[in-house]
Amino acid sequence: MNVIVCVKRVPDTEARIRVDESGRAIEKAGIKYDMSPYDAFAVEAALRHKETLGAGEITLLTFGDSSAQETLRKGLAMGADKAVLLTGEVSLDGLATAKVIAEELRGADASLMLFGVKAADDDQSQVGPMVAVLLDRPCVAGVSTFEVQGETAVCHREVEGGTEVVEVDLPAILCMTKGPTEPRLAALKGIMAAKRKPLEERAATDSPSRVRLTALEEPPARSAGRIVGEGADAVPELVRLLREEANAL
Amino acid sequence: MANVLAFAEQRDGQVGSSAREAVGVAATLADALGGEAHALAIGGPGLSVSAASLGAFGAAAIEVGEHEGLAEYNPEGYADVVVARVRSGDYGAVVFPASTLGKDLAPRVAAKLDVPLASDVTAVSVVDGHVSVRRPVFSGKAFAEVVLEATPAALTIRPNVFQAEERGGEGVVSTYTPDVDPADWRVRVVERKGASDGKLDVTEASIVVSGGRGMKDPENWHLLEDLRDAIGADVALGASRAVVDAGWRPHGEQVGQTGKTVAPKLYVAVGISGAIQHLAGMRTAKTIVAINRDADAPIFGVADYGIVGDLFEVVPKLTEEVRVLKQGD
Ligand SMILES: Cc1cc2nc3c(=O)[nH]c(=O)nc-3n(C[C@H](O)[C@H](O)[C@H](O)COP(=O)(O)OP(=O)(O)OC[C@H]3O[C@@H](n4cnc5c(N)ncnc54)[C@H](O)[C@@H]3O)c2cc1C
Ligand SMILES: Nc1ncnc2c1ncn2[C@@H]1O[C@H](COP(=O)(O)O)[C@@H](O)[C@H]1O
Repeated sequence: MNVIVCVKRVPDTEARIRVDESGRAIEKAGIKYDMSPYDAFAVEAALRHKETLGAGEITLLTFGDSSAQETLRKGLAMGADKAVLLTGEVSLDGLATAKVIAEELRGADASLMLFGVKAADDDQSQVGPMVAVLLDRPCVAGVSTFEVQGETAVCHREVEGGTEVVEVDLPAILCMTKGPTEPRLAALKGIMAAKRKPLEERAATDSPSRVRLTALEEPPARSAGRIVGEGADAVPELVRLLREEANAL
Repeated sequence: MANVLAFAEQRDGQVGSSAREAVGVAATLADALGGEAHALAIGGPGLSVSAASLGAFGAAAIEVGEHEGLAEYNPEGYADVVVARVRSGDYGAVVFPASTLGKDLAPRVAAKLDVPLASDVTAVSVVDGHVSVRRPVFSGKAFAEVVLEATPAALTIRPNVFQAEERGGEGVVSTYTPDVDPADWRVRVVERKGASDGKLDVTEASIVVSGGRGMKDPENWHLLEDLRDAIGADVALGASRAVVDAGWRPHGEQVGQTGKTVAPKLYVAVGISGAIQHLAGMRTAKTIVAINRDADAPIFGVADYGIVGDLFEVVPKLTEEVRVLKQGD
């Protein structure tokens, strides 16, 4: 049972984001990049699935520029079998990205296609379900764990105030959220092995963006407020401020 | 001139604040586009009673699709019903809540309609006939202004950001039975489990009380529960990832980059250091209070009000003071 995992290269979660002089892009200097956190959970879920089954091949897919090779190598070092990099300009139009990915995945031999629930750069939460529509495959989003049972996958999904158990017919698309197991770190052996695993790079199909970025801004700096005081003695003053000044209680 | 459709989410047959907020945003956009705001609610029989209330918030027409099979959310069923509705009208924009349901549904609808989608929107306007929105990127470390160059423009709006205002209209309610067959669905919800304590979700509450590793032990959470109860209704508990990973609290409570993003009126961070990934989930709260014994904790860098001290002394005192305050109300 083959699995395809779509992963994206994004600024590391620790990264400080600064807008550059153009006012439309971030300052790239000094930023470290990594696999988007939920995508790492998706890779981990795929590896566990393969380990349970003892069969199948895991292919990683990304759409980006050549630097995304690094992200794919990381996934290969974690244990994926091969990787494909579609080179092209990624925009803020999630549907344009979904079209590129769907074009590549159409006809692919995989019973599961895993996505992250949300990429940590554009924060859209949309590419997975959009690819599902474009490929006419069923999709469950926000999956923390799943188990394949015959022709279906049984997924646990978080919703406001609770969880759902959802059954989906295979082949299916699952958009993964944080799962019970931390994504594994690649061991030295994995890193060495990754160098020899196939990584194919080719141009993505053209997919114009219909989302025009007009400005990128840093959030208004939250001015550090005040320390009301120390210890329990400061509580009455805090409560007064919350009621009278902040109107929050 | 174009109308705007709001998707009105219901739970247990009742539309709530997310539906009112979506209708409010639809009304704002409709005013700018010279059209009307319409609402679409989908659910089981009897939903129209609750959905009718959306007229007061600006929905000139309220379409209610009632079907036994649609009482609970099903992504395939709901997407088909919304798409059919959008196609039957001349809509310039479609507004969804950025709730779990909305974030699941909207991309499916947008892909079927072949229009781009802007997620988690925090401000809207109309520029030269196109919908322009502001939305967080890089986990809230930046905001993008984007113009959606397709019609209808599809967007999900961040909960708690837009105030639903009564506009005093009536709204014409039409109830219909959508043409769906649950037997066709390839995704089926087989079980629903409520939160263990049946409390409000952290994304929906207007006040969030969050605990971190400084709480020392899951047994100590009664301190935060007491504070929550003292403050009253509309309060939810949140948590840092450290305590979720330790198994002290359920993942559904996690606030931050790999948890939930919240924008409450008041966020109280107790024994949370304020790592950048935590701040990503709560820095847009209107007022932030931090209680931490380390005066150098980064959380004080974003807090409006801070108390440096031992939470085991500060929190019980805070609960007591809030209780007294609320009794006086
Ligand atoms: C990819 C990635 C994603 C992440 N996503 C998230 C996320 O979504 N959400 C999140 O929260 N974190 C996330 N993290 C983790 C984050 O980096 C921090 O490790 C985490 O937020 C720390 O949790 P904490 O503040 O509870 O614990 P600590 O950092 O250990 O802080 C505990 C605090 O409690 C204080 N304290 C201790 N005892 C007392 C006392 N008696 N009275 C008062 N104060 C006391 C201490 O001074 C300290 O400041 C992520 C990390 C990575 C790498
Ligand atoms: N450029 C891309 N290349 C590969 N996968 C992507 C890309 N963009 C988005 N994805 C996948 O879609 C998920 C959701 O992304 P988004 O809808 O952009 O938040 C990500 O977690 C990835 O799994």
